[in-house]
Amino acid sequence: MTNGSHNAATGEVNSTRFRLPQPVKVVLGLVTTLGLTFLGLLVVTFFIGRVVPIDPVLAAVGDHASASAYEKAKIELGLHLPLWQQFLVYVKNVAVGDFGESVLTANPVIDDIKRVFPATLELASMGTIFGVVLGIPMGVIAAVHKGRWPDQLVRVFGLLGYSVPVFWLGLVGLLLFYAKLDWVAGPGRLDIAYEYLVDPVTGMLLVDSLIAGEIDVFFNAFSHIALPAIILGYFSLAYISRMTRSFMLEQLSQEYIITARVKGLSETRIIWRHALGNVMVPLVTVIALSYANLLEGSVLTEIVFAWPGLGQYITNSLLQADMNAVLGGTVVVGSVFISLNLLSDILYRLLDPRAK
Amino acid sequence: MTDLSTRSPTGLKAWLTNENPESHLQASCGRAYYAWLDFAANRLALLGLIIVGLLVLVAALAPLLATASPIAPDLQSRLLPPSADYWFGTDELGRDIYSRIVYGTRLTLYVVVLVAIIAAPVGLLVGTSAGYFGGWIDKVLMRITDIFLAFPRLILALAFVSALGPGIENAIFAIAITSWPPYARIARAETLTIRRADYIAAIRLQGASAGRVIWGHVVPLCTSSIIVRVTLDMAGIILTAAGLGFLGLGAQPPLPEWGAMISSGRKFLLDQWWLASIPGIAIFVVSLGFNLLGDGLRDVLDPKSGD
Repeated sequence: MTNGSHNAATGEVNSTRFRLPQPVKVVLGLVTTLGLTFLGLLVVTFFIGRVVPIDPVLAAVGDHASASAYEKAKIELGLHLPLWQQFLVYVKNVAVGDFGESVLTANPVIDDIKRVFPATLELASMGTIFGVVLGIPMGVIAAVHKGRWPDQLVRVFGLLGYSVPVFWLGLVGLLLFYAKLDWVAGPGRLDIAYEYLVDPVTGMLLVDSLIAGEIDVFFNAFSHIALPAIILGYFSLAYISRMTRSFMLEQLSQEYIITARVKGLSETRIIWRHALGNVMVPLVTVIALSYANLLEGSVLTEIVFAWPGLGQYITNSLLQADMNAVLGGTVVVGSVFISLNLLSDILYRLLDPRAK
Repeated sequence: MTDLSTRSPTGLKAWLTNENPESHLQASCGRAYYAWLDFAANRLALLGLIIVGLLVLVAALAPLLATASPIAPDLQSRLLPPSADYWFGTDELGRDIYSRIVYGTRLTLYVVVLVAIIAAPVGLLVGTSAGYFGGWIDKVLMRITDIFLAFPRLILALAFVSALGPGIENAIFAIAITSWPPYARIARAETLTIRRADYIAAIRLQGASAGRVIWGHVVPLCTSSIIVRVTLDMAGIILTAAGLGFLGLGAQPPLPEWGAMISSGRKFLLDQWWLASIPGIAIFVVSLGFNLLGDGLRDVLDPKSGD
């Protein structure tokens, strides 16, 4: 993500005076990147909000307002200011979590987002867990049996994951496992009978039901989340297994593996402890990236499974041209996505002593 | 050039595999031939090529292949199951799903080609300029690229489409604007490895302008890696476009866009499975084809980046 290698040229100048310690430099670089990226995101959402063909003043006062009411509303909304001042106001509002009000729900957008975000978080977390728990062993097995049938199988399975439209897979999954086989519960997060039984603490039903000690609710929620999480996690599974395989291949060709074999360690121990142990560092960044992708990619899954999360909120607002809600949601998803991207970068630097 | 056929009595193959090519043309044909042999040895890649080739063929011959109009409703024959008359059945307006799938290839190809010809040149231009000029131009351009790279693509495409209004052109624009950054990074990396080469210095000494050096001598060397990456991205582009169509933000009815077809067939999923299933299979096959082709191309054209 960051271009650390460019510091070489400036290092000479610094050496005569004061030189920042390496970790501070790295952190400063990351903070700059983070700040600039957020600013870039806000520029884009601001721009989108301005090019939208709906006149925001008319949307506020209605079509039949008088000219004076129109002007008054325009000043109230701050739209008489030059564009760059409007942008500063926008940045200031976003910084304090003010995204305006949703036309659709008549709530402040930030409250709506707080309400729906845990559902998305829960779904993406379960999807990532699924991807990690299956993807890593599959990648390891593929690498160990490189070129033979387990490798081919994992490769084809992964390619299918990259190629299948997730919303279609969701529909087929619902048809098969819910309608025909009745193995899992249908769309939504809970059966109606179980609604409102537990207090929202975290907003994530699996956690809340355990806190409240309601095992029935937990199992019902699990039955609802299983299918969407597996289908959402399939992409993550494909990505993680592919990356694990290539990292493992790199490790297995190293000399320390030969040393371990010469010492007479069992093959199981060499593969799962020594090689996989070294692979975990780059894998953490892969997992963080795929988590970010699932948070964003859950939009389509949420629509198919009527999952009341952020993706569904954004899409519904979109179809009603509720721009405050759409842009607020975009900023929130974008911020989480950017932060996870950067977090994976930081984790990589922290965990791998060679990455200076 | 001498008459080549007299020197290579065994014909075309010998001409292609000649160790001592006599012309530039023969050398490049020979190289292409070996690359083809590498590529063709990979059965899955070949399958990918066949799928993509079929997609192009079907799109070109759509009026000949279709058995009915893709958009004219026929309410007499609503929701009929697959049969000899309607190979993939009919939808809720009595339209032949087979013909809609056939015409849908044109929309898929339209999206993919337009995104590629918008995003790839933008990425190439940004990446090669950053790599060639270096200094603050490089810093600024790569910062912008990094910022765009860190954006969530689908959500941003959604926001763009919501601002511009639903429609296939706007969907294409939204996808293109979020897909150029990887190309810029690849192009920059390639440019950095060749900018100090002697032949670049020679061209500059001859007085070539920066634009000429970049366009004529740097860009051609970046294209093979960009082509690989674009092919690998095609599947993602198809899936995103279909996703936007599914949400009702891409191609609008009555256009036979596959994602939109799934969306409208969703209501009939339980009793008339063919409405939503068949377009899904079509999307799946086509994006699988691009993935297989991209993997194969990567192994041939860009062996170092493969795993």
